[in-house]
Amino acid sequence: MQVPILSTRDLKKTYGRGPDRFDALKGVSLDIERGDSVAIVGKSGSGKSTLMHLLALLDAPGGGEVHVDGTNAKTLSGRRLNMLRNQMFGFVFQQFFLNHTTSVLENVVLPLKIAGTGARERRARGMEVLEQLELADKARNKAGNLSGGQKQRVVIARALANNPQVLFADEPTGNLDTATGTIVEDILFDLNQNHGITLITVTHDHDLAARFNRRLYIRDGQLISSDEEHAA
Amino acid sequence: MKPLETLTTAIANSFRSKLRTTLTILAIFVGAFTLTITNGLGTGISNYIDSQVAAVGPGNAFTVTKTDTSSSPGSGPQKYDPNTRVLAAGGRPGSTQVALNQSDLDTIAAVSGITGVTPVSRLNPAYIQWNNRDKYQLSVSPLAGAQPQLAAGEALDDAGTQPQIILPTSYITPLGFTGNDQAIGQDVIIGIQDATGTMHTVTARINGVEDNALLGSGGAFANKTLTAALTDAQSTGAPATTKNTWTAATATFASASKTQISDMKSQLSAAGYTAQTLEDRIGTVKTVINGIIGVLDAFAVIALVAAGFGIVNTLLMSVQERTREIGLMKAMGMGSGSVFALFSTEAAFIGLLGSLIGSGAAIGLGTAISGALARGPLSDLAGLQILSFAPAPVAGVILLVMAIAFIAGTLPAWRAARQNPIDSLRYE
Repeated sequence: MQVPILSTRDLKKTYGRGPDRFDALKGVSLDIERGDSVAIVGKSGSGKSTLMHLLALLDAPGGGEVHVDGTNAKTLSGRRLNMLRNQMFGFVFQQFFLNHTTSVLENVVLPLKIAGTGARERRARGMEVLEQLELADKARNKAGNLSGGQKQRVVIARALANNPQVLFADEPTGNLDTATGTIVEDILFDLNQNHGITLITVTHDHDLAARFNRRLYIRDGQLISSDEEHAA
Repeated sequence: MKPLETLTTAIANSFRSKLRTTLTILAIFVGAFTLTITNGLGTGISNYIDSQVAAVGPGNAFTVTKTDTSSSPGSGPQKYDPNTRVLAAGGRPGSTQVALNQSDLDTIAAVSGITGVTPVSRLNPAYIQWNNRDKYQLSVSPLAGAQPQLAAGEALDDAGTQPQIILPTSYITPLGFTGNDQAIGQDVIIGIQDATGTMHTVTARINGVEDNALLGSGGAFANKTLTAALTDAQSTGAPATTKNTWTAATATFASASKTQISDMKSQLSAAGYTAQTLEDRIGTVKTVINGIIGVLDAFAVIALVAAGFGIVNTLLMSVQERTREIGLMKAMGMGSGSVFALFSTEAAFIGLLGSLIGSGAAIGLGTAISGALARGPLSDLAGLQILSFAPAPVAGVILLVMAIAFIAGTLPAWRAARQNPIDSLRYE
């Protein structure tokens, strides 16, 4: 059997201490196969965002292990960790985190800039991704002048700039109206089905979750079966 | 991130909040402006003093006198030595100066490093006259090798056979000339009395006119030929021993380092001579000026330190404002080192802008003011440019300001660098 691209063993995360202590994750174990599409579903405060942040190596777990391609993340050096974040993962956050004062292209090529790619290559790759998302004509516009749907597509373009193997999305349609949200969803599933990108999405929207290959339901920091969730 | 990318991104970032950056640059501007002005003041006054000192005598020469061993009180009268001659000297009334003779000159010349020895002749000309007009008193500077600041004409020619003189500007009108240019190349008659009271006359060509000088004696400068002629006339009828004794001698040396100079001094001192360079005698003026400039510089640095806190504040606000952006960049794999470099480069860039504008304004304004002062209130001190800007100190000021800005930037940059990407992304 293939080594899962991401797997966790008894993952725990605690915020605060003493009376303010809050256990966000209480031991989560899961495996995600290469090319899969996974929805992490739960209510707000269930620990779903925390789980995604830990999977994406953005945060250090309080206990347990995260394995990336079979390697324990704990053993990775800071340099290697940064490489991984830069080359292997792409992020689509709920908020856009766009720099409104610079051009769309500038925003999209930010990961390439961090990687130290040359200006010419950066531009070529940036335009390629923008074309893929049908935003090539907006490349020179200021990022602040775009509509919400366009902004979300720019964010996806930015996440794809470095040809990631895993795309993380945190409530990718949360800030969008239904029509625009559907377009963004189609883009994400197209990337998963036609480009082999592993898609991991956090959502509380059951209609969106239904379109995924696999759904992981989470409540109070623990994975549960879907039946319990519906019962609750 | 490549270093060049860091630089261009930092520059772009510093212009994102234009008003805030402008205000910080203004604060730095004040410091850089003040520092450049005080530096220019130091350079200007030093240059002026250097040129004034050069007008009194050459820098590469000692004035050598015989060390007087009799002056310690209570030592009683010195025993008479037929080989020693004393001359009346300046200083307190009745004080004497042990004279130098030819063998002394030979001893001085034998010191390694000394390239030439000239006795200092005290010339006491009686008058100067041109074209049979009124006669005026004249004093002649005793030091050979002086480089007076000329208002007109040329420097003295010590190699030629023509007797030449440089007169202070104050002599030009009284002697009957209409201006400096008319005086150049004219022959004047110098009257000088010999030992028996007989008046001799020596003709000299006016080779140049000296500017008003701060340290000058108001005397004329004579070249070697004229000095020799005047000495001859003055010593006519004097006993040979008087003719060949001098109060002091000028010992010249090739340009030497400070240690070489002090080495020669100690050699001369061991031989029983006191040697002083011009700097020894006039250098204290420079020390005082340097002290004053130092205090002014200190004030400018205080202004800069205050500006440094402005930079800290500006960048802390930037870090705060860009928390999420920093978080995003770190989530995308940007290392802490790169984040630190980005923010500290931005600080150094703000420092560079402030210091460039400040120094530029100081040079522009300073040059204009200095020119106006030189034409107006300070016109009596010819050749004084109170503010003058040399490239090296100005570059030094710019580097200092950038260094202060960089240091000020390290605190915010460090705060930015150690941010956890997730905390930054959650920040609202």
